[in-house]
Amino acid sequence: MNIDDYPKVSDWIELRQGRICVHSGKVDIGQRISTALIRIASRELTSPADQIDVSEVRTDQAPDEGITSGSNSVEHSGRAVGLAATTLRAELARLAAAQLGVDAEEISFEDGAITHRATNQKIAIIDLMDEVSPDLMIDTKATFAHATDVPVGAPFMRGMAEMVKGEFTFVHDIDLPEMLHARVVRPPHALSHLENLDQAYVDKLSESGMQVLRDGSFLAIAGPSEWHVIQAAERLQARCQWSKADLPTDDVFARLTPENATRFNVVDGTPQKGPLPPTLEQVDYSARYQRPYQLHGALAPSAACAEWRDNTLHVMSHSQGIYPLRESMADSLGLAIEDVVITHVPGSGCYGHNGADDAAFEAALIAHEIPDTPILLKWSRADEHAWEPFAPAMAVDLAAKLDEAGKITSYTADAFSDTHRGRPRPGPDKAGPARLLSNRFRADPMDPYVGTPNMNKQGGMHRNLDPIYDFPERRLTKNLVTGLPHRTSALRCLGAAANIFALESFMDELRLKADRDPFDYRLSQLEDPRSRDVLTELQARVAALPVPAPGEGRGIAYAQYKNAMTRVGICVDLEVTDEAEVRLKRAVIVADAGRIVDRDGLMAQLEGGFIQGASWALYEQVTWDWEGIQSRDWDSYPVMRFGNVPPIDVHLIEPEGVPSAGAGEASPSPTIAAIANAIFEASAIRVRQMPFTPEAIMQAAMDE
Amino acid sequence: MSLSLSINGEQHEITCDPTTPLAYVLRNALKLKGTKIGCGLEQCGACAVLVDGEVALSCSAAVEQFVGKEIVTIEGVGATEIGARVQDAFVAETAAQCGYCTSGLVVAATALISDGRGTDRAETVEALDQHLCRCGSHPRVLRAIERAAKAS
Repeated sequence: MNIDDYPKVSDWIELRQGRICVHSGKVDIGQRISTALIRIASRELTSPADQIDVSEVRTDQAPDEGITSGSNSVEHSGRAVGLAATTLRAELARLAAAQLGVDAEEISFEDGAITHRATNQKIAIIDLMDEVSPDLMIDTKATFAHATDVPVGAPFMRGMAEMVKGEFTFVHDIDLPEMLHARVVRPPHALSHLENLDQAYVDKLSESGMQVLRDGSFLAIAGPSEWHVIQAAERLQARCQWSKADLPTDDVFARLTPENATRFNVVDGTPQKGPLPPTLEQVDYSARYQRPYQLHGALAPSAACAEWRDNTLHVMSHSQGIYPLRESMADSLGLAIEDVVITHVPGSGCYGHNGADDAAFEAALIAHEIPDTPILLKWSRADEHAWEPFAPAMAVDLAAKLDEAGKITSYTADAFSDTHRGRPRPGPDKAGPARLLSNRFRADPMDPYVGTPNMNKQGGMHRNLDPIYDFPERRLTKNLVTGLPHRTSALRCLGAAANIFALESFMDELRLKADRDPFDYRLSQLEDPRSRDVLTELQARVAALPVPAPGEGRGIAYAQYKNAMTRVGICVDLEVTDEAEVRLKRAVIVADAGRIVDRDGLMAQLEGGFIQGASWALYEQVTWDWEGIQSRDWDSYPVMRFGNVPPIDVHLIEPEGVPSAGAGEASPSPTIAAIANAIFEASAIRVRQMPFTPEAIMQAAMDE
Repeated sequence: MSLSLSINGEQHEITCDPTTPLAYVLRNALKLKGTKIGCGLEQCGACAVLVDGEVALSCSAAVEQFVGKEIVTIEGVGATEIGARVQDAFVAETAAQCGYCTSGLVVAATALISDGRGTDRAETVEALDQHLCRCGSHPRVLRAIERAAKAS
């Protein structure tokens, strides 16, 4: 899934219709990887960005780079494209020198052309690329022509000019001849199934040109009119008899305990098989922090277009992982892998594993039954809110022993949650198909997927469980609790959101106990020089800010994503009103993402991450009762709006000679903690459970 | 049933169920795909269009309610000087990530500035209250609107 598997320059960069075309298996989900790849290629070849395209990502054409996740796109795909471009540059220099009959040292690259400096003879790179062998191998030891950032002019984002005119095509906008629109008719909740179909109504729908498909409890409608299909789906849902099994409503946090968990000692960010660390005795301070089930909550409900033609399933999907999805869909339908072709077409921002894969499979189920007809399936808003895989509810128990100065001598952290890994990756026991929603409802239903422990370094719930601080002793435990009421998977940051919320709140509680400044307390236990630089820079910027007014508070937090990627320090100023509403006033972000590829894109990710983190912190939680999910729209699941977005100042530190670090998930987690810490400064109320709604703040005040 | 609609300055005769929400008519009958549907509940603002110069949500209200009114969609916004300026300002500020909320926001910003507003941050924020953006482009959107308003 990298240069080893795709070792040729032409796997990543080639000439296509007179333009430079970059291939990548990473999909653009609004994180601007396309823009970053264009910039990387542009920087090496000197060709203007508007001469370079990024090809569509298609399972039978692009490099298989697995899943676009974990803030890895620039580090993986970016490195490959960069090395391919550097290799290509050397080859172009050689070819140009031969053609001009000069020495390769005598030529230079500028504006997409190669020039012989002495004679000013020029050859356009595009004209020379035809002569490059398609078998040219990437020199993996090549050094980049431009070791540091070069001026890149005004911000540029691929697709932006089309977006403002409504000309950017999302999967929802696909419109093909003879295409049918489709909706899935869903049970009231995940434990319910279809007992009785209203056949008279189905016949009536058939007479009006709609097709009703049933496979066990999987029920769908397809027809030529989108609006009529939507209405029919709602009516059919109400006319069906569904089994009445209750959804469990007991307190999920009460089940996030060691007794219910499969437990692993985590050492250096990696879970270990074997004995658990001994319990820390006689702790000086302890606290528990909790995060509820939360949504990806994409602005556009998931959608997909599928067609079964010539014994091949053609699917257009906004999935982040079209390669594993292809395998799991083929397995589910009894097809050979090569008989499923998936093309990535943009959806709205997804922030992780949302309903995209499930919608693609459902469109395929329908298309398989109605051959030679494109099927455009769109989920409803309620489908997306109630049926996407949620971020799991999570609890983090922290405890510490302190020295006389209040610094931590021994630290213990227990993280509890269900799996963060529900993507339809193929695996033993049909693990891929089991993670596609509708396989639970077909005639031969599969049991809900039970999460297995992710043992990877900085994987699921133990992402950022290991503190970045230099505590002399640490005991870290991952506690996987399965059998909880909701299907869960990866949401931006995975476990880091709860782990950093916990750690950075805990640090604030301890520095208050020790009567220390929040910066000094952290810096006194933090050796990593680049982390110190970020915090020191933040400290200097905060010192220049006006002192918070009465009723206002200022909180800070720090984190390095996965203890290996972008370092982020955040300061938040906010007000807690008399009604216990939190009004954000200002945010300052200092970040070190290493070598910067796309400055504006990096800032956009940090700002957007702050706003999503603030939305999780203040508003978001999935609610349900025995009848099903209650949070089924934007009223019952409120999110951040324009009215509470503060001015955000972003400052980037770019040390020399360091590689790029992923930044897409770096800022949300410290944002949550900075807000919690600021709430304490403003109100003297410590909030340890998200979201920090007025009710939660008042409850926390009463609990103290 | 046949309906006559004025869209982006042109009159269109459309045969459809008159209770169909406007957005579905725009997108499917007229192939104007720039108007997005995010919720179908008038809760997110993605489907905003201009109706007689005012912002209106199109995902739920029946198409028959728009007969005799001047509808401008994202495809038509750029035809006015202010609309084009708003579009340029969004590009200049890269005021989008995934872009799904962008159509509705460009429409809303055009209405705001056409109304002589857009320079007062608090007023703009209030006008955008019904618009959701999940990628967190809000600060850039606000900057873009101020840029376009100041140029007016």
